[in-house]
Amino acid sequence: MKIHIPTPLRPYADKQATVTVEASTVGQALEALTSTHPELKKHLYSDGGKLRAFVNVYLNDEDIRYLAAKEATPVKESDSLTIIPSIAGGRPSISPRGKRG
Amino acid sequence: MIEMSSVHHSALRHHGEETYPHECCGVLLGHAAEALNRVEAVVRAGNTRTDSAHNRYNIAPQELVRIQREARESGLDIVGFYHSHPDHPAQWSVTDLAEAHWMGCSYVITSVERGVAQQTNAFRLTGEGEDDKKFKDEEVRVVSAAAS
Repeated sequence: MKIHIPTPLRPYADKQATVTVEASTVGQALEALTSTHPELKKHLYSDGGKLRAFVNVYLNDEDIRYLAAKEATPVKESDSLTIIPSIAGGRPSISPRGKRG
Repeated sequence: MIEMSSVHHSALRHHGEETYPHECCGVLLGHAAEALNRVEAVVRAGNTRTDSAHNRYNIAPQELVRIQREARESGLDIVGFYHSHPDHPAQWSVTDLAEAHWMGCSYVITSVERGVAQQTNAFRLTGEGEDDKKFKDEEVRVVSAAAS
């Protein structure tokens, strides 16, 4: 199955945008990915071994956090995983008066 | 440097005017390089922070997955993101940096004052990861639509 790598993590995946792995479950696919590209591990997982809060992993169009079987979810060769870091932000709560950017 | 056509530059600024007094947000697609991120498409995104849209934005990961898939099918990459600051300078905030995780991408911010777009600035997210990430000022090169 394919794993799509976001732009910021490609330097740690031999600059590949997509990595193909052999796996039967979501967990096996991620394990295969980090085994082949060990530098990715610290960017995906905290020291406690959990996916970092801002790292979202989608099996096709579903967030693996909300799958009933989570990382034990079976996968097919035609499935794909997409790693997507969060994107958010915003201005400070108090705006300065009369200031322009 | 981030380069975009005048059409794309206007589009992201106009988005901020439309959503004022709320923050707009969107994705910049194109081709990435260390020295130059070139924008080929501007994709509007929904702001899920309806609880605090005047000073917060968030793009749903599911929407990002869709945008990235469509970009891949078009031979493009995600090279950055844009959002607006209603009645606030086009400068990154502590929140902007805390929530930024796309190293190498450009973060474009437009100040929108009283509904009118003012300055548009860009910042490249640099660093290896969460521990050393920082924003660096980035030149915005706007080229005429015919030249891009």
